[in-house]
Amino acid sequence: MKAIAAHRHHRFAPVVLLALALLVTGVLYAAFSPSSAQAAAAPSEDDLTAGSNLFRANCSTCHGVDAAGRDGIAPSLIGVGAAAVDFQVSTGRMPMMANGAQAPSKVPIFTDEQIRQMAAWVASLGAGPSVPSDEAVDPALGDAANGMELFRTNCAMCHGSVGQGGALSQGKYAPNLSESAPRTIYEAMVTGPQSMPVFNDATITPEEKRDIIAYLDAQQQGSPGGLTLGSLGPVAEGLWAWVIGIGLLIGAAVWIGAKSS
Amino acid sequence: MSTSTPAASAAAATADYLDQRTGIATAIKGFARKIFPDHWSFLLGEIALFSFIILLATGTFLALFFVPSMDEVTYTGPLAAMDGVQMSRAFASTLDLSFEVTGGLLMRQIHHWAALVFMAAIVTHMMRVFFTGAFRKPREINWLVGFTLMVLGLAAGFSGYSLPDDVLSGNGLRITEGITKGVPIIGTYMSYFLFGGEFPGTHIIPRLFTVHILLVPGLILALIGLHLFLVVLHKHTQFPGGGRTEKNVVGYPIFPVYMAKQAGFFLIVFGVLALMGATMTINPVWNYGPYDPSPVSAGAQPDWYMLFLEGALRLTPGFFEVVIAGFTIPLNVIIPAMIVPVALLGPLALYPFIEAWATGDKREHHLADRPRNAPVRTALGVSMLTGFTVLILAGSNDLIATHFHMSINAITWTFRILVFVLPVVTFWATKRICLGLQRKDRELVLHGHETGQIVRFEDGEYIEVHRPLDEQERWIRVQHDPRRPLPLLPAEDARGVRRPGYRSDALRAKVSRFFYADRVEPVTPAELAAAQAHGAHDQLTAGEHDETPAIGSSSPASVHQG
Repeated sequence: MKAIAAHRHHRFAPVVLLALALLVTGVLYAAFSPSSAQAAAAPSEDDLTAGSNLFRANCSTCHGVDAAGRDGIAPSLIGVGAAAVDFQVSTGRMPMMANGAQAPSKVPIFTDEQIRQMAAWVASLGAGPSVPSDEAVDPALGDAANGMELFRTNCAMCHGSVGQGGALSQGKYAPNLSESAPRTIYEAMVTGPQSMPVFNDATITPEEKRDIIAYLDAQQQGSPGGLTLGSLGPVAEGLWAWVIGIGLLIGAAVWIGAKSS
Repeated sequence: MSTSTPAASAAAATADYLDQRTGIATAIKGFARKIFPDHWSFLLGEIALFSFIILLATGTFLALFFVPSMDEVTYTGPLAAMDGVQMSRAFASTLDLSFEVTGGLLMRQIHHWAALVFMAAIVTHMMRVFFTGAFRKPREINWLVGFTLMVLGLAAGFSGYSLPDDVLSGNGLRITEGITKGVPIIGTYMSYFLFGGEFPGTHIIPRLFTVHILLVPGLILALIGLHLFLVVLHKHTQFPGGGRTEKNVVGYPIFPVYMAKQAGFFLIVFGVLALMGATMTINPVWNYGPYDPSPVSAGAQPDWYMLFLEGALRLTPGFFEVVIAGFTIPLNVIIPAMIVPVALLGPLALYPFIEAWATGDKREHHLADRPRNAPVRTALGVSMLTGFTVLILAGSNDLIATHFHMSINAITWTFRILVFVLPVVTFWATKRICLGLQRKDRELVLHGHETGQIVRFEDGEYIEVHRPLDEQERWIRVQHDPRRPLPLLPAEDARGVRRPGYRSDALRAKVSRFFYADRVEPVTPAELAAAQAHGAHDQLTAGEHDETPAIGSSSPASVHQG
């Protein structure tokens, strides 16, 4: 300690201290948010080339080779960010299989690696929202009660009270969220795919987004009342009241009526 | 009467004690020997009755814990998704009775399923009464009592599902407020009267609570008493058959046969409702959240029996709203929410009187009609049900769109057309099917059953052997009276003087022709004798009568009624 104390006025001391502080910060950052560091890792030149090639082969027919979009066919992807690419491709919405009111989600045709490469290339065209870290979308860290209130005011008018989905005009729809991954839900909020509006960080803060994810995750635990019947509300309940209730009771009435007295 | 065991003698002594003080034995003796006819469709009303009893029992339990108050509280119960959320005391107590009261959620769910089944059973029972003509004299008043019970059932359901003060039922109340305000001139005053000020206020839940647990169930209970009293007074209708006439009832006594059957059926109804309540989530208010006037969720619909009104609202285009001299006439609300229900339910209530007027029949009827023997009535019933069904589907248009991957706009336009076209199509189709079935009955009576046995005669002729109907089979097909259009007396008497009342008679004759001009009459004994005597039945017309025969008219010229 004495040696260190003796050298504390050394002319390189501030530099060493600064280096140490940076090292500690870096280590701590890496320790506490590993995925974030991973997500923030700059893509390599190879990734960009691979992403560009994948884009040319699979997306450029509609979006154009420079991703600037084509009028009336597909939007420009400059500035949509990696989150938009990850959302659209990892849920199988892109590439579109057929023109329709809305691109449906289906089994994705690309690997995670390929999606990352395409996302990196599109992100390199212009600044946009990046893929969120695992911590940012971890439902265990969110407040479901706050998420319920936010979901009800911002999301339920299209996605239904517990995210069971709903109809929009002309064949468009807000999809059922019960199968959606937390990362996908987050990306949808920041990029506003298809008919959905963008909920940027000023409208709904990242923590609030995580609360919403926590609320949707809580729905996976099932209903305290038994079978959920799809959480579709009174129409489904009425249907089952007729099919099961009246169905069984008329069956019983026929049985009683047929029993010879 | 042997009183061998102590229990039996105690029972006998108790009964004797009661009888000496109330004279109840006479009533019980008469009632226990009352005969009811046996048919499964006569048990549909019981489903409604038993559901109502279960509604009263579970409702009493719920009322012990529910707090009908719109005071704001902060939730601190076990439900994590509601932790610290501001809500009304009504909503908080609904959560408490669901999650903290032992058996509370089960009771709530049985209560709600029982409500849905109650209304469904009422509608099914009404269909049975309608299609068998069991509303005819002397039962018109009882039809009106039953109709009122159905309307009270709607009121009970609506006031009940609004009580938890969740977002979904709050949206329903918001629509109610809009409809109330849509009433011309007095709408705004009525809305303020109903809600005790601006929507939602703090009065509506306590008021609905009073309506739901006191007013409506009291009225339902009283009218059920009247309904059943009239059933006992009129005696139950029975289906036609050998030995069954307008003057007797063929069946089994209440005691012991129907006592046992009804008690068993009550337990079955209770069992089915308990099973549904225990396994199927209904009205999960914890999903909808406490009411707040700003959010409206996708998939917001009322319970099924109010869905036809929702459908009417969804189908009516917004541009119906007109502004005249600064006053808004919200026809887009007045038509679906006020005119449509009256136009649909009004004729239903008045139907017995309309049909009696068109038939001119003043006799009592205790034998149920087979639906095919009243083609226009059956067709009108099916047509009305079709209209309701289209409206119910229209009220579910968003779910149809998402589940069948269709455009909600296209669905809505399709239903806008179908709601007018489909009732006409089903009316026509049902009437033709009924007439066809009647012709088949005639054919069967005249020719017997086809046996599939082909016989060849000596001279080479092939015939199929027909087996004649037995007496029961034949009676069911020929017992009914033919119904013919009312004749219209001429507009002027023999001296050329205009007859008073001609115009109303002409209208009545027109309605009567609508009901009975197209008809297939049952086989007469003469026709049957002719058919059986010499097999020359092919010459008989299996006739549909499109021309009105002259009944009670002096000159053949008066037959033509246009």
